[in-house]
Amino acid sequence: MTTLELSLSPGSWMAVCEESRLTPGRGVAALLPDGRQAAVFRDRSGRTYAIDNRDPFTGAQVLSRGLVGSADGRPFVASPLLKQRFDLETGRCLDDEEVAVAVYPVRAVQLDPALS
Amino acid sequence: MSADADTAAHTPTIVLVGHGMVGQRFLEALADRGVTGRARIVVLCEEPRPAYDRVQLTSYFSGKTPDDLSVVGAGFMAEHGIELYVGDAAASVDREARTVTARSGRVFAYDTLVLATGSYPFVPPVPGKDARGCFVYRTIEDLLAIEEYAKTATTGAVVGGGLLGLEAAGALKGLGLETHVVEFAPRLMPVQVDEGGGAALLRTIERMGLGVHTGTGTQEVVTADGAVTGMRLSDGSELAVDMVVFSAGVRPRDQLARDCGLAVGERGGIAVDELCRTSDPAVFAIGECALAVDGRVYGLVAPGYEMAQTVAAVLSEGAEEAGDGFTGADMSTKLKLLGVDVASFGDAHGTAEGCLDVVYADSRSGVYKKLVVDREGVLLGGVLVGDADSYGLLRPLTGTVPPVSPEQLVLPAGAGAPVALGPSSLPDDAVICSCHNVTKHAIGQCSSLAEVKKCTKAGTGCGSCVKVIEKLLPAPTDRGLCRCFSYGRSELYEIARTLRVTSFAALLDSHGRPEARGGEGCEVCKPTVGSILASLNNGYILDGEQASLQDTNDHFLANMQRNGSYSVVPRIPGGEITPDKLIVIGEVARDYGLYTKITGGQRIDLFGARVDQLPAIWTRLVDAGFESGHAYGKSLRTVKSCVGQTWCRYGVQDSVKMAIHLELRYRGLRAPHKLKSAVSGCARECAEAQSKDFGIIATANGWNLYVGGNGGATPRHADLLAQDLSDAELIRLIDRFLMFYIRTADRLERTSTWLERLEGGLEHLKDVVVHDSLGLCDELEALMAAHVDAYRDEWAQTLDDPERLRRFVSFVNAPDAPDPSVRFVPERDQIKPDLTFLTLEGVASR
Ligand code: SRM
Ligand SMILES: Cc1cc2nc3c(=O)[nH]c(=O)nc-3n(C[C@H](O)[C@H](O)[C@H](O)COP(=O)(O)OP(=O)(O)OC[C@H]3O[C@@H](n4cnc5c(N)ncnc54)[C@H](O)[C@@H]3O)c2cc1C
Ligand code: SF4
Ligand code: FES
Repeated sequence: MTTLELSLSPGSWMAVCEESRLTPGRGVAALLPDGRQAAVFRDRSGRTYAIDNRDPFTGAQVLSRGLVGSADGRPFVASPLLKQRFDLETGRCLDDEEVAVAVYPVRAVQLDPALS
Repeated sequence: MSADADTAAHTPTIVLVGHGMVGQRFLEALADRGVTGRARIVVLCEEPRPAYDRVQLTSYFSGKTPDDLSVVGAGFMAEHGIELYVGDAAASVDREARTVTARSGRVFAYDTLVLATGSYPFVPPVPGKDARGCFVYRTIEDLLAIEEYAKTATTGAVVGGGLLGLEAAGALKGLGLETHVVEFAPRLMPVQVDEGGGAALLRTIERMGLGVHTGTGTQEVVTADGAVTGMRLSDGSELAVDMVVFSAGVRPRDQLARDCGLAVGERGGIAVDELCRTSDPAVFAIGECALAVDGRVYGLVAPGYEMAQTVAAVLSEGAEEAGDGFTGADMSTKLKLLGVDVASFGDAHGTAEGCLDVVYADSRSGVYKKLVVDREGVLLGGVLVGDADSYGLLRPLTGTVPPVSPEQLVLPAGAGAPVALGPSSLPDDAVICSCHNVTKHAIGQCSSLAEVKKCTKAGTGCGSCVKVIEKLLPAPTDRGLCRCFSYGRSELYEIARTLRVTSFAALLDSHGRPEARGGEGCEVCKPTVGSILASLNNGYILDGEQASLQDTNDHFLANMQRNGSYSVVPRIPGGEITPDKLIVIGEVARDYGLYTKITGGQRIDLFGARVDQLPAIWTRLVDAGFESGHAYGKSLRTVKSCVGQTWCRYGVQDSVKMAIHLELRYRGLRAPHKLKSAVSGCARECAEAQSKDFGIIATANGWNLYVGGNGGATPRHADLLAQDLSDAELIRLIDRFLMFYIRTADRLERTSTWLERLEGGLEHLKDVVVHDSLGLCDELEALMAAHVDAYRDEWAQTLDDPERLRRFVSFVNAPDAPDPSVRFVPERDQIKPDLTFLTLEGVASR
């Protein structure tokens, strides 16, 4: 079983969900301990990404519900509200240089069934 | 009123009198320079509406509404804290006390006063000029009055054959009147064109069926019972007309300035210096009311804009820093209406010493072109009649030596040597858009027309430069769907259909652009291909890979609202609903606290559901017999109906029954865009069927089918496809029509735009779907039959499957926690999204 973990500060990881909960090309939202929200995605090739869930253009917590795509080989998510695109690796908005969202490190951890 | 003069830090007040095109440009220039933040700004606007595009005034007659003509951005006044008094004019100015008194009695103290009062139409003092049926042509109100009066008139005359007079004449003609133009000068448009040009213009205008009377004045307007019945001309002749529009030039509105003792010109106009200051340094005048330092009053908008910029610069940076100010401008113009191209630019009359004319005239086709050059070959100006295509190019070349000889420039394309002169040959500093003073260089910084308009405003004035701008921009290189596919939607549909492709990944990896293969696709192609696959396979749209293709709304089978909550729209076929079902909707809305509204589509929308509430809400709705209304999908929305024969005394068929039947038949059908329909029980058309993608109107013998109608931003009346159909014939024809559309339309192309684009238009469509000219009809019908058989309610299917329900949570790691950012505040006894809360950055979970 593979679990996705997200890092809020260097060295500390929190479990989000089983990897299988993520449909390739779509995201899910996770509630963070301090009340913030993260949007976690998985692409066709199985890579995972996490960014802040708040759409800076509208303030709504919806980025996890956007469509994943790629442009020039780089993955992005398009906000479901006004369609601005955010680079999943850097959080930078591709349609407005002045806007960016936070990025969180994610990793997939293989739990040995014998130990769990 | 606040005693603002007493406060320690005095906020300067700028009062603007006149909210026309130039006044508004002045306000924008103040905002751009940040002056709106530092000063109180008061605007007195005499007309009953804020500034609008007077240059495009005539387009009101081709369907533009007064709102379309507005030049004030939504929220502009509020955003910049500008006080605008609509419908209130300045009545007097006390320069000693520095106050302006308005007609309403309001008094405003000013530090700076800016007059932008424009002009008024000059009406020659002929007897009868005030009779009923006499009009001028200046404001939206004038046009509304002309339109109203023209309903009872058959003949009209325009006094004045200048630029505006011809526009007005075109408008009268368009209103269906037999139209005459009376011009005192020996030719039409005497200011702009020379004799040769006037002759060419005359022929063209006469060919269009207008009566032209040049070299004669108007002596009297003949009246009976106070209304116009005719006109007596100075050559002794008489014209029988029902209405008269005076367009004999304009005069600056300088009365306010005269009354308060400001200097005005001998022939009118408020005298100003280069910085647009009047004889009182606290008062400025800009636009058509000003008499510029070069002794001219400019009756065009571009010079007025320059004056507006000048004064804004003086007020923000001070007189020393404001640059050269306004010293004069060129009078280039292009006539926009009547289907005749007329343009003049630069020194059109060849007044410069020693200049030469190069003329091309073809009286048969009504083309006349003249260029004025000096001895060194510098282009000074010109006149173009009948073919003004090169105007956009020649105007910016004025003042330079053109790269090819003037003879070549006036010859029609194809005659003589080929002319290799395109916009690319223009110098970088050539002004392409003279309305907004935008150079070729500035346009070169943009990559699309939309961007040019947004960043430079070029092309948003008179529009005559758009053709040249388009040529300066990189050509739209391919018609591909997006950066992932070089094929359009209909081609992808055919590929998927013939090769039986059933997954997006397979289609992308086999038919995507090489650089996009193996990638993720994008927000454009994923839903498009998702819709194609759904149209072809009729399966549940949210399983497997399909789930990742759907737009967010399809993904949650609901429409996302601005705060991340969703709306719920159950299907109410034909708009018919039982009291019991109404009660269920009411109870669900009450129990979940949802905002409830009747939609424009004859059903009920429930707003404000959190994603995790959707399954429970739909469980109750499905149990009560409701289905998804597909408000989210690019699919059938509603089939509206009128009450029809059952109740209505005029009805000739059962429109409700037919509407319900059609809505149930086509529900869930995935299409390139949404589909709407309506059925009316008789020709009175209460269901508005002719504004629908497919609309049905009952006749005594059956049904008439209309297709390609549209409401929305670009409304289109539907076209009649077939008449007096039986129930079965009607349905068969709609089946074919819809499937043919689905197969061949582009992404997000409604049936209206598709039909407009379809080669051969309505006739071709009839051939294909009525006469089966392509032998496609069997297949189209079979595709529809497959859809009808396979239809299942998406919400019922979702609720039946725990796996499918798992996505309906706010948080994957806290399935029971509601999203704390979705909040509401009360309004009119219901809820609305709490948007203030959303603007607080980094909201915590409290
Ligand atoms: C709810 C409703 C307004 C209302 O309160 O009455 C509505 C709401 C929306 N309309 Fe509409 N339209 C509604 C009736 C209409 C009508 C009237 C009608 O159907 O008779 C029209 C004009 C008729 C037509 O389409 O030809 C209409 C023309 C549009 C358009 C412009 C379409 C066009 O071709 O120009 C859009 C934008 C688009 O689709 O690209 C639009 C888009 C939208 C969207 C989907 C905008 C969006 O993406 O968020 C709205 C979301 C609805 C929601 O969240 O549930 N809506 N919209 C109406 C729902 C009707 C229904 O029961 O399904
Ligand atoms: C049909 C038509 C077609 C035209 N076509 C072209 C064209 O193709 N190209 C071109 O360059 N120009 C064209 N023009 C001319 C152009 O519209 C004017 O040059 C431009 O509108 C001048 O702007 P302005 O702000 O100076 O004056 P206006 O737009 O006339 O605005 C002045 C405003 O001040 C108001 N006002 C006057 N006195 C007072 C007062 N005491 N208190 C408060 N408000 C007051 C008036 O009601 C008016 O609303 C056209 C004009 C018309 C009528
Ligand atoms: S369209 Fe005709 S039948 Fe239907 S309600 Fe109107 S008048 Fe009655
Ligand atoms: S020249 Fe009028 S809009 Fe550009």
